[in-house]
Amino acid sequence: MTRYILRRMLQAIPLLFIISVVLFVLMMNMGDPLATLGGRRATRPADRERLTRQLGLDKPIYTQYLYWLIGNQWDHFDMDGDGTLESPGVRLGVLRGDFGISLVKRGTPALQVIWERVPNTLLLMIPAEILIVLGALIVGIVSALRQYTLLDHTITTLSFIGFSMPIFFIALLSMYIFAVLFKRWGLPYLPTVGMFDPSVGKTGLQVMWHMVLPLFSLTVISLAGYSRYIRSTMLEVLSQDYIRTAKSKGLPGRRMIMVHALKNASLPLVTIIGLDLPFLLAGALVTESIFAWPGMGRLFIDHLARTDVPVVMGILMIISVAVVVFQLLTDIVYAWLDPRIRYD
Amino acid sequence: MDSELQLPSEHHQVWLDEIESPPLSLRQMFLRRFRRHKMAMAGVAILILLIAFSFGASFFISEAFANHTETAARLQPPSREHLFGTDTIGRDLFARTIYGGQISLLIGLTAMIVEAVIGVAVGALAGFYGRWIDSLLMRITEAWLNIPALFLLLIMAKVFGGKIPDISLIGRTFSGSVVVIVLIIGITSWMYLARIVRAEFLSLKEEDFVLAARETGTTNWRIILTHILPNTIAPIVVAATLSVANAILLESYISFLGLGVQPPTATWGNMLEGAHGFIESAPWLWIFPALFILLTVLSINFIGDGLRDALDPRSRAV
Amino acid sequence: MGRLLEVTDLQVCFNTPEGVVHAVNGISYYLDEGETLAIVGESGCGKSVSVMSILGLIPTPPGEILSGQAHFHEQDLLQLSERELERIRGAEIAMIFQDPMTSLNPVLTIGLQITESLMLHLHMDAEQADQHAAELLELTGFSQAAKRLGDYPHQFSGGMRQRAMIAMALGCSPSLLIADEPTTALDVTIQAQIVELALKLRDQLGMAIIWITHDLGVVARMADRVLVMYAGFIMEEASVFDLYKDPRHPYSLMLLSSLPRVDQRRSGKLRPIPGSPPSMLTESKGCPFAPRCSYVIETCRVTNPPLQEVAPGRRVACWVDVGKGE
Repeated sequence: MTRYILRRMLQAIPLLFIISVVLFVLMMNMGDPLATLGGRRATRPADRERLTRQLGLDKPIYTQYLYWLIGNQWDHFDMDGDGTLESPGVRLGVLRGDFGISLVKRGTPALQVIWERVPNTLLLMIPAEILIVLGALIVGIVSALRQYTLLDHTITTLSFIGFSMPIFFIALLSMYIFAVLFKRWGLPYLPTVGMFDPSVGKTGLQVMWHMVLPLFSLTVISLAGYSRYIRSTMLEVLSQDYIRTAKSKGLPGRRMIMVHALKNASLPLVTIIGLDLPFLLAGALVTESIFAWPGMGRLFIDHLARTDVPVVMGILMIISVAVVVFQLLTDIVYAWLDPRIRYD
Repeated sequence: MDSELQLPSEHHQVWLDEIESPPLSLRQMFLRRFRRHKMAMAGVAILILLIAFSFGASFFISEAFANHTETAARLQPPSREHLFGTDTIGRDLFARTIYGGQISLLIGLTAMIVEAVIGVAVGALAGFYGRWIDSLLMRITEAWLNIPALFLLLIMAKVFGGKIPDISLIGRTFSGSVVVIVLIIGITSWMYLARIVRAEFLSLKEEDFVLAARETGTTNWRIILTHILPNTIAPIVVAATLSVANAILLESYISFLGLGVQPPTATWGNMLEGAHGFIESAPWLWIFPALFILLTVLSINFIGDGLRDALDPRSRAV
Repeated sequence: MGRLLEVTDLQVCFNTPEGVVHAVNGISYYLDEGETLAIVGESGCGKSVSVMSILGLIPTPPGEILSGQAHFHEQDLLQLSERELERIRGAEIAMIFQDPMTSLNPVLTIGLQITESLMLHLHMDAEQADQHAAELLELTGFSQAAKRLGDYPHQFSGGMRQRAMIAMALGCSPSLLIADEPTTALDVTIQAQIVELALKLRDQLGMAIIWITHDLGVVARMADRVLVMYAGFIMEEASVFDLYKDPRHPYSLMLLSSLPRVDQRRSGKLRPIPGSPPSMLTESKGCPFAPRCSYVIETCRVTNPPLQEVAPGRRVACWVDVGKGE
């Protein structure tokens, strides 16, 4: 199994490299970094020339890629315009966490801006993933065991509707019902804006209360989709010969399902969880925008609108790497769980 | 996702092996099985209605009317005059839903074509030639897959959004952003199809009919296009159908966040932009377009599910 | 009468989208304690169904037991509730199946798969169960049995897996072992090993065995009596001696002559049976074997011959006496 892990890790490296190139090319096209550097006013031609030299923008593209990736402390620049290269660069490079300085929050390193918001997004995503997995397991298994009954058909139809919905529909609908209508009807209603009520302060209870609607929106679609997947996996497992053998040994139904069937059915689920991260992130993006949740997704939208290249690219870089790493981890977990791979 | 028709388990497949199916052509079998799938038929019905609505109703209501703003009539609830109400600058939402549907559906369809062209090309080349071409193409595919699509799309929409000017076609004007959206959705969604096509090619290229074609000196191009590709139609069709739904959803997300198709051209997505600010005061702003998106995606998902069952070579149901 | 198992008039059908498949059409058979009964026939003749339906192992959405009784120790198995059946399965009646790779759970250890029925039926605790499981593995020919308990099925060879299945089945000392084509998926040499093992265990433990197969060579080695089935009907029932020496049913006759025999001349041709088994969808009139039978007469096509006792312990379902030709 260690061979498998090593192989996967080695595969991840060219992957990350290609991703970095793609992102770099994207970034180069994202607009003129010199346009606003001179402050509020448009950059003057003379300053433009100076800045070009200072930032190394006159260098060939692969050098610029290198600067972006590992910084330019190892190279020298002509800072004072006298033609001699005397000052070393100050950039650390993306690999060391230097994504540049935010253009919107002037002076703050992009990474810092991003990092402040990451916990808030995780606060939504992690509970969402747990709910999705547990919920899908329950719904999927029930649906599989009650195949062709009315319950199964109802669940199937609801699932289809569930994963056909655009996420903003769920968000807006739940907002409408549980906030607007409930308020109108005098029922206790759920908050729809932000992470906590400013007048009350950032308490645990406040945050949890505010989390309900965003979490719900984030969970429903994936839950509906995965319950279908679990259902079909479960049905496939239940038709296997070893289930028949288990039954012939007189094992009661519950043990057959929970021990024999479930262990087999849950293996593909691990892989699916790994593949789900990009969608969860996308969902977080939309959800945070609607509910004004101060997370990374909302940060992305806000700063994209204002062309804050360092922050936007930083976010993209971080989540791409996160996806690669996460998939690597789930592959390893899968290999560990499946005895056919673990003991090879 | 799985089917309504449950495949019989292995241990009573033995008894069913004796049963000979009545002789039907592949096409007839496919149509029969598809028609048995109730949800798929419902999906077809809904989709036809939606298409009729979006394209048929435009004969009665002009696009100019859909884009006509009248600030005095802004934010009016549904009434006899404005069936779906009006939006923040007084445009009739019913008309916009009609024309928005046209754009949304067209975007879904054309994006799917872009995806299909790229995906099939990449998958076919990777699967057919194998070795280093396969490795290279698959690494690129994986890399593209690992970058979360929505974020990438938003950036690309912002960067390339204004680059294409408005297009005038058949007497109507489309915002250039439509083409941009189609292209960027296409180039960020082809990977799923590429994988499927690659898998098919990998298995099919070892088949006898391919070896025979090689023996007779058929060029690689011909082998790919006329021999192997036709045999991969089934999974391509299923994946392509589902990708239309995906494209419609993606467009609506981007437009909802303000970076998609730019007004005055309407899409269901951009009609929803900023609607959450009016959640209390004007729910009609978002209910109708969102509902239409849901119905479209739902019906396409039903159809895709039915197609998958009907085209499944393993299923022995007739 | 003290028979271990007595099956009367069993009818099983399957309700499929294509139609109703009549898998088992009113068969009756019995088994005494310690006896070995072989059920032979081509694929799809209903031999597996006729036995699995007794234990309730036929999936009952498509499957349906139309009628019949199956008395085991004075209880009619077909009338028992699921819970009551669970107590008998694995404990008094055990089964082994055809393909040991797919019949064993790939993600559970062999040890667990053996001990779970020990703990369930014999109420052993984990330690006792492990010990007993190791003994069982040794009994079935494993060396270093205790270490083997922690292995997974994919780490075993085909023959080893089948032996593990046997160990699993014997755990609670059942009085009846049902073997559904246990050697069909194995190499010829391994087949012989498994058959010898089964014989040894049978003699040691005194179990009754129902051995389902289409391999007449194994039948000759193992069985006391034989049931020949075709298209869901019993064609002939005889002791193994009687059947091989003097088959009375045309089908049995042709089955036996399609086998290569040691005492045949080299140049003698093998004669396979022409045609293929009928579709089980249609309820045919007359004898199901009529289309392929070389002794067929008009009555055969019109009325299905009943299974009749032609000698003590001998039943045949045929209008024609192949010995005399009438």
